[in-house]
Amino acid sequence: MYDAGKIIAGLVIFLVLVTSPMWYKAATGTKGEAPELKYVTESKVCVAETEYMKAFHMDLLNEWRDDVVRRDDRQYEGLEGKVYEKSLSRTCMSCHSNKDEFCDRCHDYAGVSVYCWDCHVEPAEVQ
Amino acid sequence: MGLDRRKFLKVAGCAALGIAGGTTAKLGVGGSPARASSTSKAVHGGKRWAMVIDLRKCHKAEECDDCINACHVTHNVPKFDNPKDEIKWIWRESFGHAFHDQEHEYAAESLKHSPALLLCNHCDNPPCVKVCPTQATWKREEDGIVMMDWHRCIGCRYCVAACPYGSRSFNWRDPRPHIDKIHDEFPTRTRGVVEKCTFCEERLAKGKIPSCVEACKEKAIAFGDLEDPNSEVRRILGENFTIRRKPELGTKPEVYYLV
Repeated sequence: MYDAGKIIAGLVIFLVLVTSPMWYKAATGTKGEAPELKYVTESKVCVAETEYMKAFHMDLLNEWRDDVVRRDDRQYEGLEGKVYEKSLSRTCMSCHSNKDEFCDRCHDYAGVSVYCWDCHVEPAEVQ
Repeated sequence: MGLDRRKFLKVAGCAALGIAGGTTAKLGVGGSPARASSTSKAVHGGKRWAMVIDLRKCHKAEECDDCINACHVTHNVPKFDNPKDEIKWIWRESFGHAFHDQEHEYAAESLKHSPALLLCNHCDNPPCVKVCPTQATWKREEDGIVMMDWHRCIGCRYCVAACPYGSRSFNWRDPRPHIDKIHDEFPTRTRGVVEKCTFCEERLAKGKIPSCVEACKEKAIAFGDLEDPNSEVRRILGENFTIRRKPELGTKPEVYYLV
């Protein structure tokens, strides 16, 4: 191998640079903790189980979207037979009215950019 | 081989007859509902929203913008200064432009100089639906509304080209900064999406009439179900001579005009 020293040294530098965020975290002692979500509602139940909502809220929202727009089906029977309107801005946001501390906090952490709010109006925007 | 040529042909012939007979019988059974469903009643499932606009009543209130304002506020329709960017759901057009085949030089002055109120005709045979490559626009079987799914529109503008009534507008720019006051009950659209009147399907779902009908003080706009013989629209259509825009195109528009 020609220039083995340079290549190996280069690889080591590259690896250190790529993994630097991990070293930095290890050195400063801060761990990448899951974001803390703030609940501003008195209500104790969501339309579905919390675990399900955490993992699959996007699927539920897509389903609601197609049901309302394409099938004219606007009622959702949630936990304990409670009936909800299938609406992001009216049902979801009526409890989770703090988009910054609820939706965004987790989406930012996970590097997810959603386009819901390009069209749908978040409650705070109106005021 | 226990089967000689003669026997084989007999068996094969019988089998062929059996298969053919079975298929015909099946077609006979399955055929009739398919034919029945091609009548308009079955297609519309008992409902067919339509509108009758009385231009005589409309012209009584000159410069009245109530229906247009009500619609555009309810649906977050943006206002652009450049007419090329204009977004319209319901708008005014000179009678000669709207009904170019109906106007002549001796027509009543009141018609010539008064505008007609135009909106999506919610055609029975909508050309915009045929050309949409993503089914972002479609004809709702239950009530005949030509619907739009703004989530699915890719902004190809085939529908804008296909609509002979100019009922579809394309968002060349982000509409949000051009909406005076955002109405939080209804979404806005984004750049790159086509939009048009949806006969207020979101209000119909709550049992309300379209906002333009509600806003009209002159009661110039009637809205109702064509499939219901006792509806107001059927009564007006049955008692008066009404015209539609460009009926010769075969789109079967469902917005009727009294002139």
